[in-house]
Amino acid sequence: MNSDFIVIEGSNMAECHPVAFRWVMRARERGATVIHVDPRFTRTSAVANIHVPIRAGSDIAFLGGIVRYILETERYFKDYVVNYTNASAIISKDFKDTEDLDGLFSGWDKKKGSYDLRSWMYEGVDPEAAAGMREGESGKKGEPLQREPIQAEKTDPTLQHPRCVFQILKKHYQRYTPEMVEEVCGIPQHLFLKVAEILCQNSGRDKTGAFVYAVGWTQHSVGVQFIRSAAVIQLLLGNIGRPGGGVMALRGHASIQGSTDIPTLYNLLPGYLPMLRAKHDQDLKTYLHLNTPPSGWWGEFPKYFISLMKAWFGEAASKHNDWCYEYLPTMTGDHSHMNTVVDMADGVVKGYFVMGENPVVGSMNGPLQRKGLRQLDWLVVRDFQLTETADFWRDAPEIQRGEVKTKDIKTEIFFLPAAAHTEKDGSFTNTQRLLQWHHKAVEPPGSARSDLDFVFKLGQRLKKLYWDEFHEPRNWPIRDLTWDYPTQGSLNEPDAEAVLKEINGYTMADRKPVEGFTSLKDDGSTACGCWIYSGCYRDGVNMTARRKPHWEQNWIAREWAWAWPHNRRIIYNRASADLEGKPWSERKKLVWWDENKKEWVGHDTPDCIIERPPWYRPSKHARGKDTLSGIDPFVMQADGKGWIYVATGLADGPLPTHYEPQESIVKNPLYGQQCNPERMEWRRKDNPYHQPYEDPRFPYVLTTYRLTEHHTAGGMSRWLSWLSELQPEMFCEVSPELANERGLKNGGWATIRTIRGEIEARVLVTNRMQSVRIKGRVVHQIGIPYHWSSKGLVRGDAANELTMFVADPNVSIQESKALTGNIEPGRTGKKRRYITSGPFVKKLPAQENRRDLAPARQKPQTKHGHRAAEMKEGNQ
Amino acid sequence: MPKISSLNALAWPLVRQIKNGDVSALDVSTAGSDRTESLEARTKKADRVVGSICPYCAVGCGQLVYIKDEKVIDIEGDPASPLSNGCLCPKGAATFQLVTGTHRMADVLYRPPYATDWEKIPLETAMDMIAQRVKKTRDETWEDKTEKGEPLRRTMGVAHLGGATLDNEENYLIKKLFTSLGIVQVENQARI
Amino acid sequence: MAETKGFFTDTTLCIGCKACEVACKQWNQLPDDGFLFTGMSYDNTVHLGASTWRHVAFIERPVPLTPQHDGAFSWLFSSDVCKHCARAGCLESCPTGAIVRTEYGSVYVQPDVCNGCGYCIVSCPFGVINRREEDGQAWKCTLCYDRLREDMIPACAKACPTESIQFGNLEDLREHAKERVRKLHESGAHNAYLYGATAEDQPGTEGLNAFFLLMDKPEVYNLPPDPCVPTKKVKDSWLAAGATAAAMALVAVGAVLFGGRERV
Repeated sequence: MNSDFIVIEGSNMAECHPVAFRWVMRARERGATVIHVDPRFTRTSAVANIHVPIRAGSDIAFLGGIVRYILETERYFKDYVVNYTNASAIISKDFKDTEDLDGLFSGWDKKKGSYDLRSWMYEGVDPEAAAGMREGESGKKGEPLQREPIQAEKTDPTLQHPRCVFQILKKHYQRYTPEMVEEVCGIPQHLFLKVAEILCQNSGRDKTGAFVYAVGWTQHSVGVQFIRSAAVIQLLLGNIGRPGGGVMALRGHASIQGSTDIPTLYNLLPGYLPMLRAKHDQDLKTYLHLNTPPSGWWGEFPKYFISLMKAWFGEAASKHNDWCYEYLPTMTGDHSHMNTVVDMADGVVKGYFVMGENPVVGSMNGPLQRKGLRQLDWLVVRDFQLTETADFWRDAPEIQRGEVKTKDIKTEIFFLPAAAHTEKDGSFTNTQRLLQWHHKAVEPPGSARSDLDFVFKLGQRLKKLYWDEFHEPRNWPIRDLTWDYPTQGSLNEPDAEAVLKEINGYTMADRKPVEGFTSLKDDGSTACGCWIYSGCYRDGVNMTARRKPHWEQNWIAREWAWAWPHNRRIIYNRASADLEGKPWSERKKLVWWDENKKEWVGHDTPDCIIERPPWYRPSKHARGKDTLSGIDPFVMQADGKGWIYVATGLADGPLPTHYEPQESIVKNPLYGQQCNPERMEWRRKDNPYHQPYEDPRFPYVLTTYRLTEHHTAGGMSRWLSWLSELQPEMFCEVSPELANERGLKNGGWATIRTIRGEIEARVLVTNRMQSVRIKGRVVHQIGIPYHWSSKGLVRGDAANELTMFVADPNVSIQESKALTGNIEPGRTGKKRRYITSGPFVKKLPAQENRRDLAPARQKPQTKHGHRAAEMKEGNQ
Repeated sequence: MPKISSLNALAWPLVRQIKNGDVSALDVSTAGSDRTESLEARTKKADRVVGSICPYCAVGCGQLVYIKDEKVIDIEGDPASPLSNGCLCPKGAATFQLVTGTHRMADVLYRPPYATDWEKIPLETAMDMIAQRVKKTRDETWEDKTEKGEPLRRTMGVAHLGGATLDNEENYLIKKLFTSLGIVQVENQARI
Repeated sequence: MAETKGFFTDTTLCIGCKACEVACKQWNQLPDDGFLFTGMSYDNTVHLGASTWRHVAFIERPVPLTPQHDGAFSWLFSSDVCKHCARAGCLESCPTGAIVRTEYGSVYVQPDVCNGCGYCIVSCPFGVINRREEDGQAWKCTLCYDRLREDMIPACAKACPTESIQFGNLEDLREHAKERVRKLHESGAHNAYLYGATAEDQPGTEGLNAFFLLMDKPEVYNLPPDPCVPTKKVKDSWLAAGATAAAMALVAVGAVLFGGRERV
């Protein structure tokens, strides 16, 4: 609402987040320029000031072009860039850029198929990545590094040193010219220049702008770097930590942020503490050592970890047994969703819980998902109704085709009806880190129960089942797990507020809720289930349930619910003030240093050490958070600076570089390296790929997306008549030119094909689908919404029958926004699936089977599950 | 020609209007039926109103849930929310149907291996059976150490995938219980 | 008598999300209109009807929307609704008095009075009101009459995320709408105009209590360019209407007395 420009890219905000778009419309009406960059002309484009059509998957080229424009025209926010970012940091002599190595950075290990990250470091130091070290998935990122706080003298505030980040950035993006942007993205130069100029004009002391993205950026094999590109632009323009600025992620589910913060993710413990790695974290001392950087806020790490152990194992966790450190399992590789499914297909995973999720429709490669489910011993599905995942053994396409018989499927399946949000107490964390409580309104129907109730009672039962085997060390964690939540109501449900209190943290002595994470200790005197949420239950008050009307408070609305950390609504907001702690401008005022009070004050809760003045500079001997100076707004980074250049923490490069998707129609115009060399591939019979570029069998770009009228995999919309009637059938969108080329008729049928499967869809021929021109060649894109499947009031083929397992190396998120395929008119397909029907597209002669120049980093099955090496690839 | 059912002809509004010489107004004050006169919003009869949050996307719009006789009678936007000001998108506006619709299942279903149909089983039985399955699989697939002697302390035989509409408290208990069981493959829509 | 209330639907603020359609169905507990893929842009409910009281039209035009885009294409959205005409054809043709003018100036069908004769359907110049198969009765937007009684705004206006649907006192809305058009003209959007805001604008209906801001000709939005309620065509219409009503009433009374209880 406070922005002067809003670039929506990788998101269809008006369609997928209509109520958040309320504020974009307000900003537009106030005079902000709204720019929508998207392969399709959507409802967002329709109300934006400018729509920029782009070839799906080419965003880094476009954003890199903007970086170059900002640097060339010297439009960066100098004071901000020099002081608040790492632009002045000097990088190791060993570093080589993609400019030098044709699309690879230094450190590429051909044999391993991955980078050695050491040459990317700051000169003379090995700073640990603030978040990266924690989010990193394992193995190679865990080598113990030299540990010293970052020394200020290794910077060049004039930004002239040839190895300073600023100069490296200049060189890295020098070839991202407007001509190149046009060639890679298909965006006309005049349009690109117009956008770049609007961004520059609307940034600075007095103006700010925001980038908004969603899964249109994350679901790529180089997705993290898409987002990084926006971060680089925003740091250069000084648009982070200020009102109207930011790189905003629009997340798609009520508590998807919460599911990341309190992670039901394999590689994290609550509050972004890393899970243990078998190879590196062999004992508590090593684990703490590796995760406690000498500088920055993460110096507090031991307090958070030990408090977590106290919350989980109570009195059993003591200094003598390393706070039950050895109760935790360890990782030996990437154990994320797609690997789990592959392990199911190979018989490693025997039992599977699916709660409120529908992977048969929502995850990649539907046929492979079902193949995995067929190999299970048992499956538990909890949902409102029988989803495609619960019923995969009755009505999947391969069952309908007779290729798989129900009576041959061994999986034992439990379906448990779930309670709705109106039938249970609990909190959701929204996309802005806001925890909001929903109260139980009525009892759930019949045997429907909350997941809280299910897990609690499952835990109770397991404690009983293991009662006689508690002497075995492996069962000690179950024995000592604190599991004594009070129950209430006629269903004897656990009290969700009691769980929230544990998440908040309490003192062991008197069980009183702690004030916040600054009260946590590493001596076992405090317990805390998730340090970043600490403070949500301070003074015994459920802060997340606060509902003070917005008209009774300022625009920040600090008394509506509660945001982590510490109820800060705009993070890194120290950057909203200049070096002396004064707002950059009256118009963009947010927090500032109050000399009389000797502390930071403002509209929002200041996101810095509140009594630390702007002129504070750390001594050479400082450690931990004492190393953060008064001009270090980015407190979670080891050096307190916004990282334009990521010296450590990312697997695939310190600077975003354009790579083509796994399946592209063109050769990478920028480098010899075609795809992200670090991307994760699953080279298996049940996950075949097209050629990386110019596959004659698949000449079109496919892109998937969601619609306003439905919700993700449809579990919460396809069963509702009011939503179903609004978008009643699976369709695809094509341009009139493509329709003409392929003989497709509006309202008629089409068959869409990849090597993995073929689906039918109704056709919408529309000018909203715009073909782009790449080097004089017309590139057609086919839009495929992602909502329907075989069940519900409205049905149709599922888009994920076409997609594949391939992922970003940093976060293991799949690539579903850009792939290749073919389309033909009519219901010509027999709904074949490669896995069960065998190959149905012609094979290419071997010499035409082009591959990437460097072999992609594979995640061999053997690295995963300890036993996977012995397993043969399933053939069913 | 349509006919009229069950009406007292003399109480019929038009007749009343003619009687009152009020043919031109066709006003509710003269032509309103008893039902019309006593018309009121159903929310007025609610026994209580409960604050809630929309369960669809991550914008987190405020909702108000109106309850009468322990049944939800209306769900709409909460004007007090600084995020949504009382607005809802089509999905949010359909929340009432989401939580009260006939698609909601109330029974636990069980499909034995190789069976061709579901059967109903009691919740408690299902819970016992699931707990036994977890124990059996965990015990059979337990891994103590790698070949190199690195600690594992886990099972790769059990995995979990959660939707991202689960509450924080639910995610917390899932992570806590499953990690203590040695289950590493705990995953979520957040990855997808 | 309360002040006259109405809708101002500003199509330049509409994002085509259809929250209005669903919020209306939710509040009024309306059934679906069938699951039919039309191939007409994103419009699958097609038009207003007995069970769809808000309907969003999607218009794909090969014309840029000035001054917003410099492309060669635009996509317009408009949420249609009963106009609650100052001279309402449905109301004036209703032989049973089921359709009344409320204290808010809106036009309301009383479901306990309506006998499903269907005269109103042909008398609406906008094709708004319709009969539902299941119960044979005529239905349309009530301007959330029940909600207005409790000072609650209509469900569609409340849900609308982008303030495209504005509800309020008709006079205020008209003022505001004029100002909005002035601003749009200033910004270069010269096509903006009000549809049916006053009796002068639209003599055939004597003005709409639910009026619109449009960016193209009414036909583009599937609205009649010059709507006229049929009863207005009759000279000395009030007298004629009175006479008709009286005659119809006699016929109807006869039907009640002699026709028994069964429905047609």
